[in-house]
Amino acid sequence: MFANFDFDVIIRSLPYLFYDGMRFTIMLTALATAGGIVIGTLLALMRLSGFPLLTLPAAAYVNLMRSVPFVLMIFWFYFLVPYIGQWVIGASAPIQVGAFLSSLITFTLFEAAYFSEIMRAGIQSIARGQVAAAQALGMTYWTVMGYIVLPQAFRNMVPVLLTQTIILFQDTSLVYVISVTDFLGAASKVAQRDGRLVEMYLFAAVVYFLISLCASQAVRQLQQRIAIIR
Amino acid sequence: MSYHWNWGIFFQLSPDGVHTYLSMLLHGTVWTLVTGICAWIIALVLGSIIGVMRTVPNRWLARIGQYYVELFRNVPLLVQMFLWYFVFPEVVPEAFGDWLKQLPDASFYTGVFALGLYTAARVAEQVRAAIGSLPRGQRLAGLALGLTLPQAYAYVLLPMAFRIILPPLTSEFLNILKNSAVALTIGLMELTASARAMSEFSFQVFEAFTAATIIYIIINIIVTFAMQALEHRVAVPGYLGRAPSTGH
Repeated sequence: MFANFDFDVIIRSLPYLFYDGMRFTIMLTALATAGGIVIGTLLALMRLSGFPLLTLPAAAYVNLMRSVPFVLMIFWFYFLVPYIGQWVIGASAPIQVGAFLSSLITFTLFEAAYFSEIMRAGIQSIARGQVAAAQALGMTYWTVMGYIVLPQAFRNMVPVLLTQTIILFQDTSLVYVISVTDFLGAASKVAQRDGRLVEMYLFAAVVYFLISLCASQAVRQLQQRIAIIR
Repeated sequence: MSYHWNWGIFFQLSPDGVHTYLSMLLHGTVWTLVTGICAWIIALVLGSIIGVMRTVPNRWLARIGQYYVELFRNVPLLVQMFLWYFVFPEVVPEAFGDWLKQLPDASFYTGVFALGLYTAARVAEQVRAAIGSLPRGQRLAGLALGLTLPQAYAYVLLPMAFRIILPPLTSEFLNILKNSAVALTIGLMELTASARAMSEFSFQVFEAFTAATIIYIIINIIVTFAMQALEHRVAVPGYLGRAPSTGH
């Protein structure tokens, strides 16, 4: 099966694959995770606030994002973001948004729904008595959240958040559908240019596998460490 | 320039000259459902076998199960689709590869196969966790009463395990329906692909995606309700929170 397997095409395209492709993938993963956790935490706070004016829109948003395929959402935002930009800055025509920014907005907003479910579980895992005690000491809502609840919730959920980040890392390959050059996109372009689909796709699979496997092993170790400390 | 809404577009003829855009989307919906359900059968059967393998005393079986799960969970679904669609026919014996490439609806079979194997790894994890969460005494008591290991699984462990994982299995089933959209990259005309095609032919981008979104939400609601009803039906009184509320 490896008789006419061309390893050279992989070696030749390594700089393109990693400098152009993987850099995009990693940047997108890191920024979307950061943004997703921030927005997700806000959504979780809204859902737990007890005011219908806040809980209902947050719940609707999360449920909407969780019930449609990611691919469909990528298409949605790809066409929608220029119009939103036009509306925000008051331009006369839909604005041009680069591939990176467009994917970043899509991933941040989509993953925020998943991160919000994780943060909600984290916040609910904090004993009610702690909140009551903090309030009895005269702390305001934001002080209670900022100093008591969120730091603990975040810490408890770090392994789950990181696992979700690994899923996000794998999901970034879906930007293929809007022809963006992420790692898979770069591999696919070389594959089609040189007619070396077997080599490039196998190589891409191996790279994704190794990164995800190492990352998930690291998360597992972290989880055990945290468990010992507590 | 602003966007021109035209909700009447769904009743206009699509470029094939026979079907309206609405029936094009409904065709896509049928493909999504058929793909999802076929893949689900593979995922459920294979996932249960692998999940059980990971809990049996035989270390080799457990290890094979573990490798399967690690392999299929750590490669993105899109890459797996490409591997089955572009790479697999090239690395198998030539005659078999050619036969695969000439299959009508090859993207459907590949999509079902790839989705099924991918989701099987996730189902296996649920099954393993459920069996692990059962009290150890249930297995031991079953064996002490003279049941063989397969009998202990069939009559004692699995009936409870499957009840425990009904809620996560519901989400996995919804996931498989959503993930079937990834098969559009290998040319399957499921719901998202139909909406995309409609947006390209008619330029009514947002109408097409709105319709697809609504159809996905409706599917979600129906599946969620159906599974809740099933959960309710199979609940064991005194277990798992949701006991049947209608009294005797």
